[in-house]
Amino acid sequence: MIAEAVRFALSGISANRMRSVLTTLGIVIGISAVITLLAVGAGTSNMIKDQIDKLGTNVLTVNRAQSTGGRTTGGSATSTRTQSTNLTSSDQQSLDDPVLAPDIATTAPVIQAQSVTATLGSSTHSIASTLGTTPSYFGITNFAAAAGRILNDSDAGQPVVVLGNSVAVDLATNVATLVGQTVSLNGQNFTVVGVLGPKGTSGLNDPDDVAMVPFATAQDKFTGYSPSLSSIQVQAKSSDVMTQAQNEIQQILDARHRVTSANRDYQVRNQAQILSTATTTTQTLTVLLSAVAGISLLVGGIGVMNIMLVTVTERTREIGIRKAIGATRGNIVMQFLIESLIISVLGGIVGILIGFGASSFTIAGVHPEVQWWTVWLSVVVSAGIGLVFGIYPANKAAKLRPIDALRYE
Amino acid sequence: MAAATPAPASEAWTAPAGRPARRPVIALDRISKRYGQGEAEVRALDGVNLTIGRGEFVAIVGASGSGKSTMMNIIGCLDASTSGRYFMDGIETGELDEFQLAQIRNRKIGFVFQSFNLIPRTRAVENVAMPLAYRKVPRRVRHARALEALDAVGLSARAGHLPSQLSGGQQQRVAIARALVTEPVLLLADEPTGALDTHSSEEILDLFASLHARGRTIVMITHEPEVAARAQRVVRMQDGKIIADTGVVR
Ligand SMILES: Nc1ncnc2c1ncn2[C@@H]1O[C@H](COP(=O)(O)OP(=O)(O)O)[C@@H](O)[C@H]1O
Ligand SMILES: [Mg+2]
Repeated sequence: MIAEAVRFALSGISANRMRSVLTTLGIVIGISAVITLLAVGAGTSNMIKDQIDKLGTNVLTVNRAQSTGGRTTGGSATSTRTQSTNLTSSDQQSLDDPVLAPDIATTAPVIQAQSVTATLGSSTHSIASTLGTTPSYFGITNFAAAAGRILNDSDAGQPVVVLGNSVAVDLATNVATLVGQTVSLNGQNFTVVGVLGPKGTSGLNDPDDVAMVPFATAQDKFTGYSPSLSSIQVQAKSSDVMTQAQNEIQQILDARHRVTSANRDYQVRNQAQILSTATTTTQTLTVLLSAVAGISLLVGGIGVMNIMLVTVTERTREIGIRKAIGATRGNIVMQFLIESLIISVLGGIVGILIGFGASSFTIAGVHPEVQWWTVWLSVVVSAGIGLVFGIYPANKAAKLRPIDALRYE
Repeated sequence: MAAATPAPASEAWTAPAGRPARRPVIALDRISKRYGQGEAEVRALDGVNLTIGRGEFVAIVGASGSGKSTMMNIIGCLDASTSGRYFMDGIETGELDEFQLAQIRNRKIGFVFQSFNLIPRTRAVENVAMPLAYRKVPRRVRHARALEALDAVGLSARAGHLPSQLSGGQQQRVAIARALVTEPVLLLADEPTGALDTHSSEEILDLFASLHARGRTIVMITHEPEVAARAQRVVRMQDGKIIADTGVVR
């Protein structure tokens, strides 16, 4: 009997092809949208996870406070103090203290040179981020040399540079040939000692669009001898002691700067944490968008119910015939439920296929990754829609009195 | 006229005094059917008593509006009477629920309608097999039995055709095959030749005659005298009452 009902439903669906297509449209759109959105969401959080792995899960960054609220003595205006030299090399060195900061593995000072352009022959590249730092920086930030070497202690004050992969690729077709060559950074000659391996572009900023020069060299050639640092990179001993490491940094720097948590003139940021927050935000957004797509499923369900009511009316006479030859209420209910089930599950399957199709494209820099559970969920949800919105028309059909149904013209 | 099968003793039917104790297929006991209320009340059936025995071929005749279809619907368990009792093959139908009535229709009655009433978009053999499907007969068995029934009405060559691919006479023969496939105790036909040309009508009536000859109980509604002439007994109706009953004459 079920096989019959399925066969009959399929013949009905193909007999009214256009109507069936329009009926399932709501479900097709809803399911494909949910699958695609969740795939984009998953792709985004994968991307963020990659980024976290590249940054290292145990890295803390100490920056100057971005807003007002520097070290104030007395009631003078604080806004002027944001440019103050409040994060210094001695701050950085004070954090390398196995007694006061037992959870800190290593630190690196960073000064940032503004708008540096690298030139080699006729090739130029405007470097997004040019840093003056120490050899420990490379270990903290997971940068390794693909050709040549990273900076070492003997480079201090020397005109040498390590180029990030994106910079190198722009300057030479074979990046390995750059090692030993002289490039010009804002017109000053530097010897390339190494080219970094690519971290891969992820999201909006390119982590490979960098160049590193020794700390003293950066002061000498770009920033001048200011004691002020752009930031301090801190590596905790493991990702489990991030909170302890952060507390130790704050204790040491609070004491040195004579500030409290209320008027701190620096901030300690956990990159991984920031990205985790981003993941959460992405997830929230994904769920919200999916909920909107889910409304389309509701509309689709109403469409199925509508078409099933039309079908029941159209087939009133058939219902009468079936009852005359012995169909029970249960038989009739089942027949129409199977039909609405098939309509909505077919819509669901088409939606899944479209979802897969849409997810094979790169959407806003994200490679969507279809989640298998969303596929199973879609099948279940579309079947559920068929049942929920099919039960009323099916019952209506089953309740018809055989004599009334047979008389129906 | 000999009964096709000896009727088992009935638990529900008790024969009225003076009648043979053999269980009739149909026994209407003061059946009335009223439509509407008050001023608008129509007495479609008015205290009808009718007993039809096994193996009879009965024609029910009468003018339009005389209550023939109303009676047929009650006999076919498609509709309930307003008052009176109806025994179908010994079972009092007034006490049955909807599910049991569906089973009675499925097992005991085969319907043939004026407008054939085949299920569209469904092949002839599947139409014929459908009553068996509602009886949970396995697919292969019901297919075989549907082919047999189609063979009996001379349509086995058209088993794979859709109703829309068959002539009126052929459709009606498919409908008769469907009515017979469950081996019902009663074949109930409402104007079975009403929508057919003379030639097809003759074919259908010949088919009924041969079914009757093999012991089938047939109740046929018609308003055409020449059609009624093919039956063994003619019951005439007027204004919801039986005004004449020839009894079994042939
Ligand atoms: N559903 C109904 N509602 C109201 N009156 C009806 C209905 N069905 C039949 N009737 C009336 O009952 C009477 C008998 O009808 P019917 O049994 O169809 O007659 P026949 O089949 O002999 O032409 C007629 O007067 C008809 O108008
Ligand atoms: Mg009539």
